[in-house]
Amino acid sequence: MLEVNDLHAYYGKSHILQGVNFNVQEGEIVSLLGRNGVGRSTTVKTIMGEVAPVGSIKFKGEEIAGKNSFEIAHLGLGYVPENRDIFPTLTVQQNLVLGMKSNKSQGRWDIEEMFRMFPNLGERAEVNGGVLSGGEQQMLCMCRTLMGDPDIIMIDEPTEGLAPKIVEQVALLLQEIASRGVAILLVEQKLSIALKISHRLYVMGHGKVVYEGTPDSLLQADDVRAEWLEV
Amino acid sequence: MLEIFIFATLNGLVTGLLLFMLASGLTLIFSMMGVLNFAHASFYMLGAYFAYSVSLYFGFWMGLIFAPLIVGVLGAVVERYGLRRVHQSGHVAELVFTFGLAFLIEEAVQFFWGPDTKNYQAPDILDFPLFTLFGQEFSAYRGFMIGISLSIFITLYHILTRSRIGIIIQAAITHPNTVANLGHNVPLIFMGVFGVGTALAGLAGVIAGPVLTTFPGMSIALGSIVFVIVVIGGLGSLAGAFIASLLIGLLQSYAIASDVGMPELLNLLGLEFERSHPLNDLWTLNLPRIAPILPFLLLVLVLIFRPTGLLGKREE
Repeated sequence: MLEVNDLHAYYGKSHILQGVNFNVQEGEIVSLLGRNGVGRSTTVKTIMGEVAPVGSIKFKGEEIAGKNSFEIAHLGLGYVPENRDIFPTLTVQQNLVLGMKSNKSQGRWDIEEMFRMFPNLGERAEVNGGVLSGGEQQMLCMCRTLMGDPDIIMIDEPTEGLAPKIVEQVALLLQEIASRGVAILLVEQKLSIALKISHRLYVMGHGKVVYEGTPDSLLQADDVRAEWLEV
Repeated sequence: MLEIFIFATLNGLVTGLLLFMLASGLTLIFSMMGVLNFAHASFYMLGAYFAYSVSLYFGFWMGLIFAPLIVGVLGAVVERYGLRRVHQSGHVAELVFTFGLAFLIEEAVQFFWGPDTKNYQAPDILDFPLFTLFGQEFSAYRGFMIGISLSIFITLYHILTRSRIGIIIQAAITHPNTVANLGHNVPLIFMGVFGVGTALAGLAGVIAGPVLTTFPGMSIALGSIVFVIVVIGGLGSLAGAFIASLLIGLLQSYAIASDVGMPELLNLLGLEFERSHPLNDLWTLNLPRIAPILPFLLLVLVLIFRPTGLLGKREE
């Protein structure tokens, strides 16, 4: 479904991505792991067109490198950014409406269902997004992206700064998303959630993929964890 | 006294609402692009001239419909093929571009329509007194100006706060990248808002032309005051622009209607000058004469005591 081949990206003269290769198949949960600064977030930003790509990014067989972000989103790629970026002066309901690509499209998700899954959001439907807790904002941000009915959703550090109980809720939501046939590219620094829910995972280091495997194989690869993941 | 107050209030409302129609577009464009469009008042002038030309052949009402549309399309073209390209070179380049555009439009107006004042008239159907109070008439056309400005304000408010496109615009102003990632065509939204903003300026020109006269200097006459309003209201604040527009409209109107002058003040202070005294000219000063500088005085006061404007927010 998503194929990234020899992807390079630059911030000014800094060569951040130095030939990234990976793929995500339909309905899969794939994690992109690595320490801070190895290029995980830049990879998803480059796929979304926020950073100029050099190389090939194919989505459902179509080359998307060089397309605008809104065109890429329309093809079915959803993105939940690291900083959450909810719209603080709009209500929870308005934030969700913004996720819909048109007035008519319902897709796999609707607002009532989101509120059933997350009663906290339902109770605060008319409250401005800016006053929600960090965990509620994360849920809102993920639900907002789902309202656009993506075929794959790229989520950047969804558990960053969240309490363990909320992290469990995030994991449950990710599994619910996958159960409806939506592929997930999970960008994470923490191993725990990735090992628990991923089908496959990639480890990044120095701007490229340095390891590819399954959660079980990574658990056994002590040398990989020590060199590229553990702090 | 009461009649002066009532008519000054009504005239202040007419001016204030007209100013808001200009300021709303300007402040929306500023919110989106972070740049003041110096050519905004020139689109107001174009509205009046296009309406004048259309009205010569098809009457006032066709001008009212088509002139803002033409100005809006022109504004969208300017954004798409001018500002969007210049935007990559930074805000200074954008300011210089809009500044140059203002000159270009003024020269073009003089080239195509000539330097003289145009005989652009209000329609005959509105040429009657709407009501007479204390023996003084309030024209139907001024009532029409209030009506159309208020309907624009209410429509704009509802679109921006209640409709889906309004929500998208609000979000795109503060988080353009996030909105694009959700699948919304942000450049198209910006072009649309720029077009609507300039169309509103054009509409203001259409309805102001017959009252404030249609001449090549009309953009300069109102342009500086519109910038004052946007700054007093708080850069980027639509509600602030509305309050500031009414404030300045009413302030000027009350000042013009009053007959208070320096002689009263100087007498109160017990001051008296010889005719040859250099300060003798103070005797001739009165509030109606200083009315045009009151907005700028208010601007200075606001910048001293509340630099962010009435409803503006400090940038973080």
